[in-house]
Amino acid sequence: MIRTEEMLLNVGPQHPSTHGVFRIVLKIDGETIIEATPVIGYLHRGTEKLAENLQYTQIIPYTDRMDYLAAMTNNYVICHAVETMMSLEIPERAEYLRVIVMELGRIASHLVWFGTYLLDIGAMSPFLYAFREREAIINMLNEICGARLTFNYMRVGGVKWDAPEGWIEKVRDFVPYMREELAGYHDLVTGNEIFLNRVKGIGYYTKEEALNFSLSGANLRCTGTNWDLRKDEPYSIYDRFDFHVPVFHTGDAWARYQCRMQEIEESLKIVEQAVEQFPEEGPVMAKVPRIIKPPKGEAFVRIESPRGEIGCYIASEGKKEPYRLKFRRPSFYNLQILPKLLVGENISNLITILGGIDIVLGEVDG
Amino acid sequence: MTDKQNDSNEGLSIEEQKKKAAAEAKAKALELAKQRQAEKEKAADVSEPIAEERELTKEELKKKAAAEAKAKALELAKQRQAEKAKAAEGSEPTATEPELTKEELKKKAAAEAKAKALELAKQRQAEKSETTKAPQSDEPADDLAKQKALAAAKAKAAAAAKAKAAAAAKAKLARVGGGDTSTEPASDDEKAKAAAKAKAVAAAKAKAAAAAKAKASREAGTDSTTESAGDDEKAKAIAAAKAKAAAAAKARAAANAKGAGTEPVAEEKPSPNQPILDTYRKVIKEHLGEDVLEDSYINRLSKDVPTLVAKPESYYKIAEFLKYNDQLRFDYLSEMHGTDFETHFEVYNHLYSYNHRQSVALKVKIDRTIATTHSITPLWEGANWPERETYDLLGIHFEGHPNLTRIMLPDDWVGYPLRKDYEPHDVEV
Repeated sequence: MIRTEEMLLNVGPQHPSTHGVFRIVLKIDGETIIEATPVIGYLHRGTEKLAENLQYTQIIPYTDRMDYLAAMTNNYVICHAVETMMSLEIPERAEYLRVIVMELGRIASHLVWFGTYLLDIGAMSPFLYAFREREAIINMLNEICGARLTFNYMRVGGVKWDAPEGWIEKVRDFVPYMREELAGYHDLVTGNEIFLNRVKGIGYYTKEEALNFSLSGANLRCTGTNWDLRKDEPYSIYDRFDFHVPVFHTGDAWARYQCRMQEIEESLKIVEQAVEQFPEEGPVMAKVPRIIKPPKGEAFVRIESPRGEIGCYIASEGKKEPYRLKFRRPSFYNLQILPKLLVGENISNLITILGGIDIVLGEVDG
Repeated sequence: MTDKQNDSNEGLSIEEQKKKAAAEAKAKALELAKQRQAEKEKAADVSEPIAEERELTKEELKKKAAAEAKAKALELAKQRQAEKAKAAEGSEPTATEPELTKEELKKKAAAEAKAKALELAKQRQAEKSETTKAPQSDEPADDLAKQKALAAAKAKAAAAAKAKAAAAAKAKLARVGGGDTSTEPASDDEKAKAAAKAKAVAAAKAKAAAAAKAKASREAGTDSTTESAGDDEKAKAIAAAKAKAAAAAKARAAANAKGAGTEPVAEEKPSPNQPILDTYRKVIKEHLGEDVLEDSYINRLSKDVPTLVAKPESYYKIAEFLKYNDQLRFDYLSEMHGTDFETHFEVYNHLYSYNHRQSVALKVKIDRTIATTHSITPLWEGANWPERETYDLLGIHFEGHPNLTRIMLPDDWVGYPLRKDYEPHDVEV
């Protein structure tokens, strides 16, 4: 007779497939997970507390370090919050630059996810391809702002640097190249039977559960909820672009994979159109006071980051520092559903499910 | 090659165009300079210190850059014309054909990139020579031929590029047009509204225009009378450029007006979300009675979100109502956090209804000495961790929370860092 007993298994915090410092304590019965307790906070840096003593422009570099795979959207959310409070008009050229870099960032972020996710579940080579293409994006972003990951590119009222000569052409040339490579990924991975067996039906949840757990981004769209803030609450100049929101209905890791891969395509569409419409000249900074002081009051804005809804709440006293700053960090909210998904699963699905949520620990811990 | 032919055919017209382009660029630069100056004069009146004080030195650079960009644009237009002429004779299908193989695309892209680089260098040279001595006519003939060849190589890409440029130009045109044709009186807030509307219309138009343009260009490619089509194209480009300048001027004027210290015009106008807020108030009053809400208003700073401030004792009741009432159905908790306002704590929830596509902000003020409120985790599972975070960093207790423990900080941490009176605990002191 086979006898099994409950066992506590500690995964992380230093475990490569947690993509950061994330710890999860599992109670397992044989190979079946019966309870999972995530432990977070290893990367908590107190950004919100620090921000209370910083001017708005000084806070921007801190946002780079939250979701460090798509820092452009983080940059944008705080600028957008302040601009909303001050009702600033942003120059056209700056808006286009912002959209281009944010969408490039989204592609880069999804590429990292694609590469590492497949690495997690046992496929080595997609990682190499994904990072090659990501490198091309990182180089372009490096060229425009001088940093590979911690961009610190946006400012309240515009962007810090105009595009260097030839940059727009480079972005333009990148789009068809990326499309071709993306087709290669699909050839390599999407129809692969081993891959399909590992993701289909794994980590399933319903639309109601997704809403109840405040999921967002691809984690929400994989359940048939058509929701993308770029379309539904358009900010910046997203209403000028023709793109569609990929929505899938199966609610499993397979749907999330398809969602993200199609989002790359849609982002390429946006980049392409933005480059087409890119104004040939004009300022990249609005006329803003040297010291930024939003009016007294509070504001909450939310935008679509690669991981979901990223939001920024500012309570201002009319001073040059915020009274209270709060980020709605999508990874933090998305991760909440993990313990629920893991219960009853085989331990070999742990990484498939965790990876499918696409978290960045810098963002989870704030 | 047909390029030679093109050369002899169009040599004259190109020269003319170039001259024209140069003249135009200069005129534009002058105009721009004027505008800038005017703007600066206005800005000088403004009492608030303005960020761009170093502009004096940048001014000239900017002018130059603008002129350059314009010249480039015209040159491009010209090239496109040439390319179109070629397309008319040519047996090759146009570039945007989808059935091209990847191999071809790649080659093309490479050729294009090279051509572009060379082109750019050439242009710069040309510009330099233009400013120093005679116009382009001094250029050696074979150079011109080379340029032509490059242009031809680029042609295919340009065809696509055209559609987009046109779309952008159209968008601007549309915006200006919208502003002009709007029959509304020019009172301040009316204007703001009109501008907003025009923007929306422009966005929609841009898309339609892009499609139309793409189609038109395709037709023109097969048409034998490319000459006239080209002219048309050019005229359009010029018109678009002008419209753009006008739009820019307008924008600047608006910016100046704003900078001059006038109050935001939207202040007196009722918010578009006011009826929504009224509905919420009405429904809540009907079902929960008069005195469950402490306050309710439109938060203008926060994209006009309707905001409800619940009384502490009815916070959970209202939250529950917001979630389950059929007229409200706020099924999604977007954000939840707390703030220490020194006189009181405040918990802020941003809720969203996917059924009705509406947002609401629900707040509750909590006595600082008690620092306790009801947890809404039973309603929205998504509030679980945010409430733990709020407890961890602010020390607000949520009654009914399934697992209210510290989440970011270690369990033995002393104090609540986001409280305004927080002093870091140091065992050494």
